[in-house]
Amino acid sequence: MPVEIPTEKWTGKIREVTLGGGGRKTVTVGGETALPFLHFEGSIPNRPVVAVQILDCRPDGWSEPLVRAWGDVVNDPAAWAKKAVELGADIVFCTLASAHPENQNTGAAEAQTTAKKLLDAVDVPLIFYGPEVSDKDNEVLVAVSDATSGLGMALGVCEEKNYRTIVASCLANGHVAVGRAPIEINMQKQLNILMCDLGIKPDRILMDPTTGALGYGLEYTYSVMERLRLAALGGDSMTSMPMLCTVGHEAWRQKEAKSSDGVPEAWGSLEERGILWEELTATTLMSAGADIVVLRHPRTVEMVKSTIKKLMGS
Amino acid sequence: MALTGLEIYKLLPKTNCKKCGFPTCLAFAMKLSQKGIELSACPDVSDAAKAALEAASQPPVRLITVGAGDKAFSVGNEVVLFRHEKTFYNEPGLLVTIKDTDSADSAAKLVSDVSAYAVERVGKDLTLNGFAIKNASGDKATFAACVAAVATKTVLPLALLSTDPGAMEAALAKADGRNPLIYGATKDNAAKMAELALKHKCPLAVISTDGLDGLVEIVEIVTKAGVQDIVIDPGARGFADSLAALVQIRRLALKKNFRPLGYPVITFPGEGTNSPQEEAVLAGQHIAKYAGIVVLDHFSPETVYPLLTLRQNIYTDPQKPLQMAPGIYTVGDPTDNSPLYTTTNFSLTYFSVMGEVEASGVPSWILICDSEGLSVLTAWAAGKFDSEKIAKTVKSSGIEDKIKHRKIIIPGYVAVLMGELEDELPGWNIMVGPKDAVDISGYIKKVWTNN
Ligand code: B12
Ligand code: SF4
Repeated sequence: MPVEIPTEKWTGKIREVTLGGGGRKTVTVGGETALPFLHFEGSIPNRPVVAVQILDCRPDGWSEPLVRAWGDVVNDPAAWAKKAVELGADIVFCTLASAHPENQNTGAAEAQTTAKKLLDAVDVPLIFYGPEVSDKDNEVLVAVSDATSGLGMALGVCEEKNYRTIVASCLANGHVAVGRAPIEINMQKQLNILMCDLGIKPDRILMDPTTGALGYGLEYTYSVMERLRLAALGGDSMTSMPMLCTVGHEAWRQKEAKSSDGVPEAWGSLEERGILWEELTATTLMSAGADIVVLRHPRTVEMVKSTIKKLMGS
Repeated sequence: MALTGLEIYKLLPKTNCKKCGFPTCLAFAMKLSQKGIELSACPDVSDAAKAALEAASQPPVRLITVGAGDKAFSVGNEVVLFRHEKTFYNEPGLLVTIKDTDSADSAAKLVSDVSAYAVERVGKDLTLNGFAIKNASGDKATFAACVAAVATKTVLPLALLSTDPGAMEAALAKADGRNPLIYGATKDNAAKMAELALKHKCPLAVISTDGLDGLVEIVEIVTKAGVQDIVIDPGARGFADSLAALVQIRRLALKKNFRPLGYPVITFPGEGTNSPQEEAVLAGQHIAKYAGIVVLDHFSPETVYPLLTLRQNIYTDPQKPLQMAPGIYTVGDPTDNSPLYTTTNFSLTYFSVMGEVEASGVPSWILICDSEGLSVLTAWAAGKFDSEKIAKTVKSSGIEDKIKHRKIIIPGYVAVLMGELEDELPGWNIMVGPKDAVDISGYIKKVWTNN
C-alpha cells in the first residue's frame, strides 16, 4: 500500500512583489502557496533571489578575505555593482554608508549621484539602505527615491520609530518599502499595518525580520521567520509579505568571519570558515522562508545560487 | 501520541458488560485515556485493539542509541515540526566516513583527528559523534580488519556500512560490545540483516532505493522479525528530494502517528554534492530539517565548526536562552589593580567577552549583571541592562572590596549609559569599551598601561 503523503491545505499565499520596471529588468519574489521548497504541497512560482551588498564608499573594518575577494572594485560603487552582476547578483543592494555622521556625513546630493551611477552601471533592480540613523536615512533615501522615480527600487529600512517619510516617498515614486522589526512577529505585523495605513499597497512591502548570524541569534531569526511564514500561509494577509535577510552584513561582522589570529586551531582556515558562516546563515534562513538573501562574498553568491537552483528542482 | 477517550472507545468491544468495573465501555475508555487504569482490566479487548493502543503509547519518533559508554549518543524522541512549538531535543549525530580502502595511515590519522576534535562554544564542548566505516572494498576480511583497526583507536560510536551480510557479520565480531549501527537492511538482505541486529542487539538502518513506499516495506520485514531499534534512509540524496522526504517522514510520524516511519533518519549529504563546501551546506539543511544522523564524507575544522554551531543553535531550547549566574567572574589571577568589565548574563555574550579578555592576556574581573539571559543591546532595549542595574550590581556584588581603583568598562554598544552611570556611581570612572569584543585586546593594552 503506497504511503499517503501528508500535505497541508494552506489558505494563504505569500504576496508577489516586483522590483525594477520602468524599462529596467524586473525581479519578482514571493507568490508561494507552500512552505519553503516543499513543491509537493503547493506552488513556488518564484525562486528566492540573491542580492549582493555593496557600499557607496570604501568599506572600513570589513573582514580581510572579504575585501580581498572583491579587489579594486570596492573603491568604486559602479564597478563593484557591475562585478556583482557578473558574478550572478539578481539584485544589487547598496548601503549608503558614507551618509553616517561618523563616516563622511554625505547627504542628498551624493546619494543621488551614487544612485544614478548604479542605474547606468547595471540593469538589475536595486535596493538602497541608509546608514540606519533616522534623520540621515530620511534625507538620503528620499533623495534616491526622487532620483529613481518609477524604476521600482526598494528602500529601507522602515522601523516603527521611523517609517512615515520613507513610506510616503516610496508611495509617491512607485518604490517598494522594506519594513524591519526586531525579531518579533507581532511588531512586524503591526509595522505592516502602519505602513499600509499610509496608503502603500501591501504588495509594495518587503519584511526584514532582523537577521541574526549563525552563532549570533540565528535560531531566533529562524523561528520568527517560520512563525511569520506559517501565519501568512494560514491566511494572515498582514504577514504575507516576502522576507529579506541581510545575511552578509551579520555573518561577516562576527569574529568567526574576521579573525585568524589567536583563534583555536579547531576553527580552521579563516576564509573557508567565513564563507561557510555566510552560506549556512543564508541557506538556513531560506529554509525558514527568506525570499531575498543579501550576501557579501563572491563565492557565497555562487554557492547559494547553485543551492537555490537545486532546491527548486532544476 | 496518546489517544483520546473517544478514540479508545472505538477500539473497545462496546458491550457495556461492566466486567472492568465501569458502568460503560465509554467510561472505561475515558479513565484509560487519563492513564488511571490498565487496558488489561477489560477481559474482552481484541488483539488488534491492544496493538493499536500500545503503538499509540510510544513516542512518535523512536529513541535510538548508537554506541556504548560515555560517548554513546541518542537520537529521535522528537515531538514537534517547528522548534518554536516546543523545542528539538536530541541533536543529530554527526559521523565521519572512513573507507576500508583508505590507507591504514590516513585512516588512523583521520580517526585520531576526529576523535580529538572539540571546539568550545558558549561554554560547551562541541564534538563530532563517531565514524561510519564503509565497506568500499567489497571484501569481507578487509572490512573486518578496518573496523578492528578503528575500534582500537577510538571510543566513539561506529556505524558499519555494508549491504553484504557476510561482511557485516565479520565486522560485528570486531565491534563486540560497541553497539554499532548496522547499515543496513535492503530489500534483498533484510531478513539476514535483521537476524544480525537481533543477535548482536544493535540498531539497524533500513535503506530504501524506492522512496517511502519501499522504505515501509523493508521496515515491516525487519519489525516482523523482531527488530525494534531502527534508523531509516529514504534514499533521497539531493537538496530538494531529501528535504521533501525528511519533512514527509517527520510529518507522518508526528501528525499521523505512522509507526513504520517513526524512526530517526540517516542522511549522506556528501553523496548528493560535489565539494566539501557544498556537502556542508546540505548537511546544514539536514541538521535544521529533521535528520537524526548525518554522515559526512569530508572532515575539516573550517567545515565542521560552522555545522556544530548550527546544530547548537537549532537545538537550543527557545524557551530558555542559555544564561550565566550573575556575579563576579575572573579571568586569570586578577589583583586589586586589574581591569573590571561589565556585561549581561546571556551565555553567548559572556563567553564572547570572556574569550577576548582571556586572549588579551591581562588578568581581569568581569561583573555579570542579571539581564534575564538577554544580549547587550536586546537587554538594553528591553530595559534590563541600564545604569541602575549596573550600579546596583556593582554595589551588591562585593566587587568594591576586591579592587582598589574605581574604573569600570562598559560595552561600546551602550555608550549612551555613560552619563547616567556616572550619576549612579559617584567617584567611579566609567570607561566605554569597544563595541565588539574582538577589539578588547587592542583596547585594554592602550588604556590600561600605566595602572
Ligand atoms: C537574538 C536577538 C533577540 C532575541 C534575544 C536573544 C537574547 N537572548 O538576547 C529575541 C528574539 C528574544 C530578541 C528580543 C528583543 N530584541 Co533583539 N535582537 C537579537 C539580535 C538578532 C542578536 C542579539 C545577539 O544575540 N547578539 C550576540 C551577542 C553576543 O551580542 P552582545 O550581547 O551585544 O555582545 C557583543 C558586544 O556587545 C560585545 N560586548 C558584550 N559585552 C561587552 C562588555 C564589554 C565591556 C565590551 C567592551 C564589549 C562587550 O561583545 C559581544 C561580541 O562582539 C539583535 C540584532 C543583531 N543582528 O545583532 C537584536 C536586537 C539587539 N534586538 C533589539 C530589540 C529592540 C529587541 C526587543 C526589545 C524587541 C521587542 N520590543 O520585543 C526584544 C526585547 C526582549 C524582551 N522584551 O524580552 C534591537 C535593539 C535596538 C537598539 N539598538 O536598541 C536589535 C539590535 C535589533 C534591531 N536592529 O532592532 N532579540
Ligand atoms: S469490560 Fe470491556 S467490554 Fe466490558 S464494559 Fe468494560 S470496557 Fe466494555
